[in-house]
Amino acid sequence: MADKIKIAQYWGAGCGGCDVALLDIDAKILDVHAIADVVFWPIGFDGKLHDIENMPDKSITVSFYNGAIRNSENEHIAKVLRDKSVVMIAFGSCACYGGTPGLANVTNKKEIFETVYKKTQSTDNPEFVTPQPHLKVKEGELELPEFWDTVKTLDQVVDVDYFMPGCPPTTNLIAMAVDAVADYVTKGTPLPPKGTVIASDKTLCDECKRERVEKGRRIEKIYQAYEITPDPKKCLLDQGIICLGPATRAGCGAMCPNAQMPCRGCMGPTKAVTDQGASMLSAVSSLLNITDSESKMTEEQIMELMMQVKDPLGTFYAFTLPKSPLRRAVTERRKKKVN
Amino acid sequence: MSSEAAHASTPGNDGGTEHFEPKILVFCCNWCSYAGADLAGVSRLQMPPYFRTIRVMCSARVDPEFVMRAFQKGADGVLVAGCHPADCHYIGGNYRTRRRMALMKMLIQQFGFDPDRLRLEWVSAGEGEKFQKTIIEFTNTIKELGPTPFREGE
Repeated sequence: MADKIKIAQYWGAGCGGCDVALLDIDAKILDVHAIADVVFWPIGFDGKLHDIENMPDKSITVSFYNGAIRNSENEHIAKVLRDKSVVMIAFGSCACYGGTPGLANVTNKKEIFETVYKKTQSTDNPEFVTPQPHLKVKEGELELPEFWDTVKTLDQVVDVDYFMPGCPPTTNLIAMAVDAVADYVTKGTPLPPKGTVIASDKTLCDECKRERVEKGRRIEKIYQAYEITPDPKKCLLDQGIICLGPATRAGCGAMCPNAQMPCRGCMGPTKAVTDQGASMLSAVSSLLNITDSESKMTEEQIMELMMQVKDPLGTFYAFTLPKSPLRRAVTERRKKKVN
Repeated sequence: MSSEAAHASTPGNDGGTEHFEPKILVFCCNWCSYAGADLAGVSRLQMPPYFRTIRVMCSARVDPEFVMRAFQKGADGVLVAGCHPADCHYIGGNYRTRRRMALMKMLIQQFGFDPDRLRLEWVSAGEGEKFQKTIIEFTNTIKELGPTPFREGE
């Protein structure tokens, strides 16, 4: 066992789906077992953080970190694993782009605590007791991780070597990563350059088998996915359903569009852009039909037309808010003037 | 605008209200608005000197990402100026622009910005005065709103 490499897998602010995804590689997990010992994997078995902290630096070959950085514990473990690992992989959309937990960046700690510990109908908490990072009781001092205002991505707190987007990363992408690591360990094949995103560099549309209108694409009206039954062969965007395919990185095999559901963008922006949301916003706006009477339309009519897009932030930044240029919502300090 | 005035003082985001010199970014399309801005300049029309102009070939060249980046870099306001409807050099560029900017206004509002920090205006090559008027109005709006609420690293 001595010549096996060591790997670690940790979950930050995530749902655990990424951990399960790692098991979804079926028999390939035996390849992992053949070359590696798992030293730390909270969802899989009981490992102690102080054991990891006591390991020499760079003694873990690969760490897979899934989940975003939501609290002090997430960040602490990310830093420990970074120090102890040769290769740090941001595993899954949350670690790469903030993911669904990242949408909490439209609000802040105070508001979240108020909703969760006070305002929800099933909550009875008249004294508004909230989690405290430190509490002295007669047995000693209790500690809880500190909850932060802003969700961060893994690469905003530590140096990350590779990114594996996806919610969760698909089996073929994990297999690709496992093969790359296995070849590196057994045959000495060099690893891909640092910063590589383990997925395709093209857009999802490139992988999607649906038929699209090649020239003069125009849509009349925008529908929510539940409002219509889409034609199973035609492009969803052409049918008025907002599908984030044009702004999303390929690599997942277009699973969602194949299952009649629009892409929600979990693979993040493509190589050429940094802001997935802005990229998709641009695409949607350009698709809406332009008629001969366009020049006579007022700005109010245009606004009404665009109001068909419900919740642009939630639609276009469903997985990438903490990685977008603005990272989080802000608050104007002055009151809005009366129009 | 005179270049001395533009560079004389450092616009400070001191959060204060007294000497707030806003940073305003203006995207002008090559065919109409930039010429309009030029006309305003050669006509020596007086304008507050707090704006920086970027010339783009068409207002539709202004990718929403540019606007987001401008706010990220600390712009207090962003103005996009293009040809009047039906006058676009590329026939329909400005129609895309106004759709995008309408949606952008909704988006930046969700990001917590006052939507008035983003403005779209049609300025033709002959409308030097309209360019001046737009800049004066927009600068006043931004001054009223105060410094951008966005702070890098917060």
